[in-house]
Amino acid sequence: MEGHKDRVIRTEGLFKVYDDGAVSLKAVNDVSLSIEKGEFTALVGPSGSGKTTLLNLIGGLDTPTAGKVWVHEKDISGLKKNQLIDFRLYNIGFVFQAYNLVPVLTARENIEFVMLLQKVGKEERNRRVDQLLGEIGLQDKAGKRPAELSGGQQQRVAVARALASKPQFVLADEPTANLDSKTAENLLDMMAKLNMDEGMTFLFSTHDQRVIDRAKRVITLVDGSIVSDVTREKTTIEA
Amino acid sequence: MIFKLAWRNTWRNRRRTYITMASIVFAVLLAILLNSVKEGILFRMQENVVSVYTGAIQVHKKGYWEEQTLDNTMAHDSTVMNALLAHTSVQEVVGRLESFMLAASGTYTKASMVVGIEPEKEHLVTSLDKKVISGTYIHKDDEGVMISEGLAEYLKLAVGDTLVLIGQGYRGVSAAGKYPIKALVRFASPELNRRMVYLPLRQAQYLFGAEDRMTALVLDIDNINDTDRVERGLQQAVDARYEVLGWKTLMPGLHQVIEGERAENVIFLFVLYLLIAFGIFGTVLMMTLERQYEFGVLMAIGMKRLRLSSVVVLENIMISTLGALLGTILSIPVVGYFYKFPIQITGELRETYEKFGFEPTFYFSIEPWIFYSQAIVVLCIALVLSVFPVFKIGRLEPVRAMRD
Repeated sequence: MEGHKDRVIRTEGLFKVYDDGAVSLKAVNDVSLSIEKGEFTALVGPSGSGKTTLLNLIGGLDTPTAGKVWVHEKDISGLKKNQLIDFRLYNIGFVFQAYNLVPVLTARENIEFVMLLQKVGKEERNRRVDQLLGEIGLQDKAGKRPAELSGGQQQRVAVARALASKPQFVLADEPTANLDSKTAENLLDMMAKLNMDEGMTFLFSTHDQRVIDRAKRVITLVDGSIVSDVTREKTTIEA
Repeated sequence: MIFKLAWRNTWRNRRRTYITMASIVFAVLLAILLNSVKEGILFRMQENVVSVYTGAIQVHKKGYWEEQTLDNTMAHDSTVMNALLAHTSVQEVVGRLESFMLAASGTYTKASMVVGIEPEKEHLVTSLDKKVISGTYIHKDDEGVMISEGLAEYLKLAVGDTLVLIGQGYRGVSAAGKYPIKALVRFASPELNRRMVYLPLRQAQYLFGAEDRMTALVLDIDNINDTDRVERGLQQAVDARYEVLGWKTLMPGLHQVIEGERAENVIFLFVLYLLIAFGIFGTVLMMTLERQYEFGVLMAIGMKRLRLSSVVVLENIMISTLGALLGTILSIPVVGYFYKFPIQITGELRETYEKFGFEPTFYFSIEPWIFYSQAIVVLCIALVLSVFPVFKIGRLEPVRAMRD
């Protein structure tokens, strides 16, 4: 295992059981997987199959009932709450289904926000924000607050925010679920380009066939267990 | 960024922020007005009573206050006088020699307080000259006396009549004398009004056989509210043969009345601030509970609990401080107006006040602490109420917050 220099994520025997006394539910059931740097992976499965729970465990947002999660061979399962927050800040970019931008900050400030948390210098922040705004094509919307942006624009800003911290990988939970077809395609193009140009690792949970079609690797979950794991040649960017 | 976030969050729900601020403004305004009028009245009461007789501070020979006899008098000491006058807050030092004697006229006699004063300076500490209702205020070389109106009535005397004083002087010598009445003085206090006799200090020293001796040095200081501080400073300035006593020791009854009034005010203000606290808490509760999801997201992307708590606490402080500041600013012209034009009580209530020796006027105070203390109290309330969001954030689990 020590030989996998490019391995970004590894889970082994991961379980997440919700038990309210009366009913016990295995949301994640003995999941072992590994994701290499530069992968563009879709985690698919029906509702309630455990996709979001698995993402939360990998992202250190939730703690497993059993099993371990390694990120770059660092075991994050044993980290304390505050250590996990720091870990997420420096290692993981999150993109949520509902965009979840800070409503009182502008697009520019939302992107800059995580860098401020990382205490990145002003010059570097400005340079990186300008670069990301360019990559997501929203330079002219930099001063707009989320409420003044369309859903697609907000999700682009959310992706830029996820990338601003220079994470090891991006976890995206149903990123296209609230977007129309064209906007979703544009967003996927942007993420695929980032994946190809910068080698950024993406792990999506999704129902969306468009996302699944673009993924280099598709992992299917049913009842919390992996039932298939298919790797393809390459992802594509729509013309 | 924390400041920017907090400031913008404050204005996310403008209507709620305005309503919360309005309740704080109203309460702070009310609290300042109440405090101002209460302190104004108490200050005037304190000044009036103190200026009737005791003065703000007295210096005696050590032990005099415990055993007030002429044997505990002190000789004039220029070193002590200079030490007292050297204090920046002391405007004047006035000597007195006093003892109880029997005042008599014809077949009438009454125990009276005979006070030797320095007439040319006494008015600085007690405004005695303003209390003259008939005759003329005595001079230092006069051989006549001034007596209180009640005593004059009891002894059936008037200006120009002769008063006989009989008693004991310094070291047990007999003391007796006949004095023409030069003036009558009137005190609001019935007790003072029926027993006071004033004569020039030198006459009193001669009467008591206490050449160049005094029972007390009465001090005129520039601010009566400063009494405690000046008292402590003067005690260090004079040697151990002397005692320095402020009006709170000289008139413990008055001090208790004032403290009682203040305590009553504190209870009222406590109720008022309790109402404000509930108003602020309502806002804090809403702001915290409706943003659980947002807090979860912020923690998910890497914002630590402490930093997130700081934002929420700051929001709280901002709303409260703005309200308190606005309330304070609004109170300034109102208090300023009533400070310049105190409220005069009219009708039957006025008569009642006068009957009991109180001034029928509501004075207002403009002491700076009255204004800034309210802002501090509101700020403290905001900080205490911030415990709730801090506690909630401390226990927040990002996943659960985003799911719920």
